[in-house]
Amino acid sequence: MSKLQNAIVGGVRTVLGRVPASWLPGGTPDPIIQKRATLGTQQPRIDGPDKVRGAARFAAEVPMANLLHAAFVHSTVARGKIAELDVSAAEAAPGVALVMTYRNAPKMSVPPAIGITNLKAAGNHTLPVMQDAEIRWNGQAVAVILAETREQAEHAATLVRIRYNAAQSRTRFKDGKKDASTPDSILIERNRVDKGNASKKLAEAAYKIDAVYRTPWQNHNPIEPHAATIAWQDGQLIVHDATQMIHATAGSLAKVFGLKEADVFVSSPFVGGGFGAKGMWDHQILGAAAAKLAGRPVRVMLSRASMHRLVGGRTQTEQRVALGASADGKLTALLHHGYATKPRHSICDEGFSLTGRSLYASASFDIVQHHVDLDLLANSFMRAPGETPGTFAIECAMDELAHQLGMDPVELRRRNVASCDPISGAPHSQSATMTAYDLGAERIGWARRAPAPRARRDGEWLVGMGCAGGTFPFARMPGTSARITLDARGQAHVASAAHEMGMGTATVQRQHAADRLGLPLDSVSVTIGDSRLPFASFAGGSSQTASLGAAISAASGKLAAELLRLAGNDTPLAGLRASDVEFADSGLRSIDEPSRHESFASIFRRSGHKDLSVTGESGPPLEMLKFSMHSTSAIFCQLRVSEVTGEIRIDRLVGAFDCGRILNTKTATSQFKGGMIMGLGMALTEETLLDERSGRIMSTSLADYHVPVHLDVPEIDVLWTDIPDPRTPMGARGIGEIGTTGVAAAVANAVFNATGIRVRDLPITLDKLAFNQTPEKREAISPPEFP
Amino acid sequence: MTPLAFHVARDRAEALSLGAANGARLIGGGTNLVDLLRQNVESASDLVDVSRLAANIQEVDNGALLVGASMKNSALAAHPMVRGRYPMLSRALLAGASAQIRNMATVGGNIMQRTRCPYFYDVDGARCNKRQPDSGCDAMGGFNRYHAILGGSNACVATHPSDMCVALAALAALVHLAGPEGERTVPLAEFHVLPGANPQVETVLRNGEMITAIELPPATPAMTNSEYRKVRDRSSYAFALVSVAAGLEVVEGKIAEARIALGGVAAKPWRATRAEAALRGLPATRANFLAAAEEELTKAQPLEGNAFKVGLARRTIAAVLESLAGERA
Repeated sequence: MSKLQNAIVGGVRTVLGRVPASWLPGGTPDPIIQKRATLGTQQPRIDGPDKVRGAARFAAEVPMANLLHAAFVHSTVARGKIAELDVSAAEAAPGVALVMTYRNAPKMSVPPAIGITNLKAAGNHTLPVMQDAEIRWNGQAVAVILAETREQAEHAATLVRIRYNAAQSRTRFKDGKKDASTPDSILIERNRVDKGNASKKLAEAAYKIDAVYRTPWQNHNPIEPHAATIAWQDGQLIVHDATQMIHATAGSLAKVFGLKEADVFVSSPFVGGGFGAKGMWDHQILGAAAAKLAGRPVRVMLSRASMHRLVGGRTQTEQRVALGASADGKLTALLHHGYATKPRHSICDEGFSLTGRSLYASASFDIVQHHVDLDLLANSFMRAPGETPGTFAIECAMDELAHQLGMDPVELRRRNVASCDPISGAPHSQSATMTAYDLGAERIGWARRAPAPRARRDGEWLVGMGCAGGTFPFARMPGTSARITLDARGQAHVASAAHEMGMGTATVQRQHAADRLGLPLDSVSVTIGDSRLPFASFAGGSSQTASLGAAISAASGKLAAELLRLAGNDTPLAGLRASDVEFADSGLRSIDEPSRHESFASIFRRSGHKDLSVTGESGPPLEMLKFSMHSTSAIFCQLRVSEVTGEIRIDRLVGAFDCGRILNTKTATSQFKGGMIMGLGMALTEETLLDERSGRIMSTSLADYHVPVHLDVPEIDVLWTDIPDPRTPMGARGIGEIGTTGVAAAVANAVFNATGIRVRDLPITLDKLAFNQTPEKREAISPPEFP
Repeated sequence: MTPLAFHVARDRAEALSLGAANGARLIGGGTNLVDLLRQNVESASDLVDVSRLAANIQEVDNGALLVGASMKNSALAAHPMVRGRYPMLSRALLAGASAQIRNMATVGGNIMQRTRCPYFYDVDGARCNKRQPDSGCDAMGGFNRYHAILGGSNACVATHPSDMCVALAALAALVHLAGPEGERTVPLAEFHVLPGANPQVETVLRNGEMITAIELPPATPAMTNSEYRKVRDRSSYAFALVSVAAGLEVVEGKIAEARIALGGVAAKPWRATRAEAALRGLPATRANFLAAAEEELTKAQPLEGNAFKVGLARRTIAAVLESLAGERA
């Protein structure tokens, strides 16, 4: 599959390389870039007031009569079989309606796996769900309890008695590396890149860095736990879900239960944070199965512990980066090798090795990643999968190289920044990375940074500054559709099964539709969030805004054609084709002769129609294969490190982003900041504590798994270049994920500048700073000997 | 959590009588006990709510303060007499948990809270001698970064998580107890016990006894010139890796009195008596502070995951004392 995929993608790229850009999507810059009215301004969220009032209804709040509540029992071994199972006490417990195990669960198919070829697939792993006695990871759901109240269900869950025949399991990263596999491709890219004889150039390089960087397993912790309210009605499955994959979940549940797609309805108007986690995991499947058996609707709301055991996170990586450079700082070799845990049943690639392919114009490349197959919960996508751990390694290595060269780290980037795709040679659609660096450097006062480490002090605190680059590719998903309904009063309504995880989807697309249709903002409304609406791809890969934007743009083109048809010949627009007109002033007008204008109201009045409805679709994203399309960023950090304790306090964080046009300054700022705060968590505190002896996660609460608290978050400045990308809808590239990339490296680089200590192993907890590692003569008593 | 009965005690006598029942547990703010019950670490047939019992501060004739066991952590931290006379206690309280939890948590409950060792909480998936005697300890060879470097045993290396108790130990506070056999007082520093072979036994509290009050001794200059420093993995809402409650009185450059207690290093708040004794009469210098801290830590037995705590404790003790000496210089 992967080899075939490499051949197909490679072939398409070769062909597109010869096709004139003007033939492709984005061949002509989107006219909205020039004539925007509300896009680019600050607009409040349209869902804001409802959320503040508590009126926005989330998945676990949908009322339903006769509802049962679910609790889960999780396995306590990583591999093996259920040898004995006694559910009698649980079944007899107060309020219990059903105890479901592999013995009585309905027969269900394995859900289709998420992939680039099937947009209706949502499976994060390829394992059967509660179909046999087999245990495949520590924490797997082995029983579902349904009871009248959640408390009763949780109590009954403690009464299920299980004995396992444990089998040999593989839960240690170090051991798993020995049998690591090397896939042919990572996402849609060929895995191995070998260009320009990197090992020879590295050996000959005047300056070189060769280091190993480690990033830990991280769990998702959106404020809203995974939840679903599920009912079967007349053979139809109704799922009020918290998902960023509405149609994919509906399509997958149809396959799992052998239903027609039309018989599964998934609704998810609001999601309390997604970040890649809110896809389809076992809880929706088990909830639907249990509801079917019980003959009553079911509410599933995962506890934090159940979330950590059933919903995958960002996987562990170990990355070697070697850089070779000449005395002027020009990169002669870039080597990026490494390992990521990816259980064989897991779908999500943590493509860290993609990071180094686009940032710098090295004279040679040697890139490959290997996957470590362990008996663990499947991986998930987590905000900027791949680039988040990847930028940590590459951007720390760049800082190490700058230090070795005695060169300013920003200057080192300036000398190496790519002017086209450094591997394929494909042109950038738009790129102004160094503009972002210059903006950020000025804002934080980079000139005040002492080049030598450990040069600035404030009492016991060592003060430092660091920077790092971030990157994330542009993506536009094909198939995403939008329906525009325009009525005689000039009111437009946009509908699509798109997703709102807090980013401002409807808010921004309302601005877009208003500008696109030449309407005032309050003449446009947007409905998103359920599977009865026109198809939408997932909200992931920072692709939703572009995909939905392309769909609205396509629909608006159809709308213009339809309006011209309705307008007939008795109109100032007579004789014009759709390509000759544009929307303006609540009507259509000739592009060449703006005085030839007719309002929507007038067209509808004459034709006698009450309204007009058209649907447009995001077409094949060929531009992604022709151009090198990446958002980039420059992150700057100023911090203090206590020389007494090693505690790190971030004083300032600045992110400057080159992401094309910014569509709504308010929601964009919020999204960038949120991403940067996640980056701070990665840098300083977040780590899933996996006990490698048992494969068991030991950090299953928000007290044990440390996300940043308010006091950890400094003043954050967000800046952007706002240069439109001529190849994208609205001139914008995605902004959801890039905020997280580069932050951990900027922090680690600032820690080095402050202390002279290089920490290559995230998170940078205080015990990793060398003065806390000074060997104690009493240390390392293992096993301990006590009196 | 198993179904249980809930009673509200109107006075101490009622609390004692309801609490004497087999399977009954007293509950203050419930900020730890409810978690323990919900996660099945503990079970109870009856909960006796003592949050309506004495919750005030009384000054007694000799200048000591009597703090009712049901006083909320936030109220105690904000009390002017506590802030003025025992700043280390106020700061320790404010370093604990979150504002919401401090508003619920009581003084008695804070003393009675249990370790946050993750293996202790993982009823289904981990072994723990404290939870189930003689079942084994998965923290050994597992995650023991937060665990004890002082006073641990082969059976258990869990730490006591309280911040407040560390300051109370340094202040030589007394715990007032009432029970079927009458009332008694125990020094806070002797209230919690080291694990030895029986880590399930955590305090000297007898069956049917309850904490009624904390007595803060009359303030000395070293209690008033005091501070609390908590070192942790994030700025708020994390348990101490190491914490130091300390007070210092310097007279003519010489240390007249030093009070030091450590948190995050043992199964109990660790009164650093060796360091205190070593400092008496010495000049208040950094070198002496470090040497005294070293003296206290000679017996430290770090584990694989927490060797860093020894140096961290030494430097933090010295830094806190240095800053206290500086203020009096």
